Amino acid sequence: MVDIAFGPEPGRRPDLTDGRAAYLDMVRRKRMYGGILLALFVALMASGFILANDRNAGGFWDGLPMLTAFPSEVLSEAWATRANIPGLIAAHVPALVETLNIAAVATLLGALAAMALALLATRGLARWPRAIPFFRRSMDALRAIPEIVIALVLIFVLGGGPVPAVIAIALHTGGALGKLFSEVAENADLRPVEGLASVGASWGQRMWLGVIPQVAPNWLSYALLRFEINVRASAILGFVGSGGIGHDLKIAMQWGQGRYDEVVAIFLLLFLSIVVIDRTSDHFRNRLVKGSQA
Amino acid sequence: MTAALAPGLADTVTRRFAARRRLAFALPAAILAYLIYAAISFDIAGLAARARFDNAAILLSDFWSHKTHVTRDNRTGALTVAIEGEAKGTYAPGAAPDWVQVNGAVTTIDLGAGHIVTYDEAGARYVVPGYGILDIRPEGGKPVLTAPQPLPDWISVAENKVSVTTDAGRFSYSRSKVETFKYEPGWELFFFTLDSPFHGKGPLELAGLALWGKRVDPDRTNIGFMISDVWHNKMWRHSDVVWALFETVLMAFLGTFAAALVALPLAFLAARNFMPLGPLRFAVRRVFDFIRGVDGLIWTIVLSRAFGPGPMTGAIAIALTDSGTFGKMFSEALENIDERQVEGVRSTGANALQRARFGVFPQVTPVFLSQVLYYLESNTRSATVIGAIVGGGIGLLLTQAIQTQKDWEEVAYYMVLIVLMVMAMDSLSGWLRRRLIKGSEGGKS
Repeated sequence: MVDIAFGPEPGRRPDLTDGRAAYLDMVRRKRMYGGILLALFVALMASGFILANDRNAGGFWDGLPMLTAFPSEVLSEAWATRANIPGLIAAHVPALVETLNIAAVATLLGALAAMALALLATRGLARWPRAIPFFRRSMDALRAIPEIVIALVLIFVLGGGPVPAVIAIALHTGGALGKLFSEVAENADLRPVEGLASVGASWGQRMWLGVIPQVAPNWLSYALLRFEINVRASAILGFVGSGGIGHDLKIAMQWGQGRYDEVVAIFLLLFLSIVVIDRTSDHFRNRLVKGSQA
Repeated sequence: MTAALAPGLADTVTRRFAARRRLAFALPAAILAYLIYAAISFDIAGLAARARFDNAAILLSDFWSHKTHVTRDNRTGALTVAIEGEAKGTYAPGAAPDWVQVNGAVTTIDLGAGHIVTYDEAGARYVVPGYGILDIRPEGGKPVLTAPQPLPDWISVAENKVSVTTDAGRFSYSRSKVETFKYEPGWELFFFTLDSPFHGKGPLELAGLALWGKRVDPDRTNIGFMISDVWHNKMWRHSDVVWALFETVLMAFLGTFAAALVALPLAFLAARNFMPLGPLRFAVRRVFDFIRGVDGLIWTIVLSRAFGPGPMTGAIAIALTDSGTFGKMFSEALENIDERQVEGVRSTGANALQRARFGVFPQVTPVFLSQVLYYLESNTRSATVIGAIVGGGIGLLLTQAIQTQKDWEEVAYYMVLIVLMVMAMDSLSGWLRRRLIKGSEGGKS
């Protein structure tokens, strides 16, 4: 009864006979909590910084002046041989295409898996409602495994090349998109589904004709966003193990001096393609979400 | 669009239906065509030839079992029994497990299910139930095999080496040594290595020792001794692994929050309603775009040149990459605030700082916090990858373990730990998000 009158929070009740004092008391208490939280945060950041600094090979303060040393060395050498750069950019386009292909195939396969997983894990739509927790947990597990783990293990089994990267990124994408897709599908209007059920449509038909058309714009938008992320992931995985532009970058970096024009060419290529992809996908996502009816 | 009310309504509808139907077929066809192109360009056909399924078998068996090597040096006659063949897992002489019997120069190894291997002065013998006896004698330095003919395919005979693979284990005889591998389930020496007094004791016995047993080492309590033995386990290196995990989380934590702190003031400069000066706003936004466009990979490489390997480099790489992302997201959130609240504060005569503190921050804090916490979780995952590049944290341990291509049980262990770490950070960030955001909303009402 008291809880209904004074709100659900337990603890001391404010003395409402003196409103001003009660208010100031509350403000003071909130400030104190905020202060404690802030102090805790600052302490964590500072001790974390000191710890990380200690465990680093080069310290933060020593490294700071060196920050521009490497870029300026690379750039000055590349500037001296700038005539080579257009040719080098052209030479690395096939590797870029491979990286993009890895990302695109992985996004496609991952999105297809995510569609199935999302529909099976959404309340109200699932084919087997009892299996919903199972599908949710499996999506969590897929999301939790970093791509690099799967990629490195698969490189051992399948040998190098783009396939391990595709599988690794696709698995992660399946989990990540599955969660987002399922959140969208939860808000889908169930009336079309019921309508289809009333005329005897199977589960597949109900999903394909009743749910997918409603969620397609949002799903596509998420998939495009994921594609952007996957392009980056695919470049990184190339650097760590499999093919594509990341691999070329690693080789050029290991060569070091004398190949810095190549490093700059690859940097430029990667930077430009990421910017172009981000821009394009931004544009399409805006159109998808804000409505193409306009 | 325009012909919706035209007289030929049925015509329009039919035409649109036909177009839709064409699209419904064209889209999957296009996807299929692309996948076929990708399959060709990725050389899927050649994959089967390149794939090493024996590697997969090794990997899977290492994930849940361990092997013990029983090796005899054929020149000196010295016998070693070592878990995974590592010096750290070598049994002391005379302390071999009971399936290895040593009688002078004769060693008998019971692989179970009737498989018996004997090493003696004449050579070695392997009794395989249902097949017969493999007898190997060195003649002129080369192993010569006598066995029931024809030889099955699980026995391979090369000029200098005979190897046998059965369900019970592996056996190989070469000029220099004879080796037998016995596979047993479980990760051996996970808690105590062979040199620990607690090795080979059951959980009940250990609990007894820990709680009321006599002190093994009079200088310290049993439980402290146990903890120190587990912590300094040389085989699994628990202390290094825990540190590495902590380093990874530290990278993510430092990087994410440093990025948020850097991005916060800059976001005001990039928001239309706070920065009237167009060119500056434009410049700050382009800086955000540039930072985001130059990928995390490139930043990581450039930074590791300046700061050397370690967690600090990883943290800075995360901070730099994310400050671009946060700057963009924060400035967008700032542009979408409700101006009425700010005007209300302004009407009381508040200056710009006070307006920001009481009019703006209460509105945007929940948005910012939820984004930052979401990135904290996702950066834990990236910190694993970045750690592999900059050389810090669990990512480094994992790549090292994979590169040696034999410590697959450690790979499995690290994988499990990484997944658990990411899941823990996921729930922590979710919990914090619910706590803090609900808290501040509760405070507002």
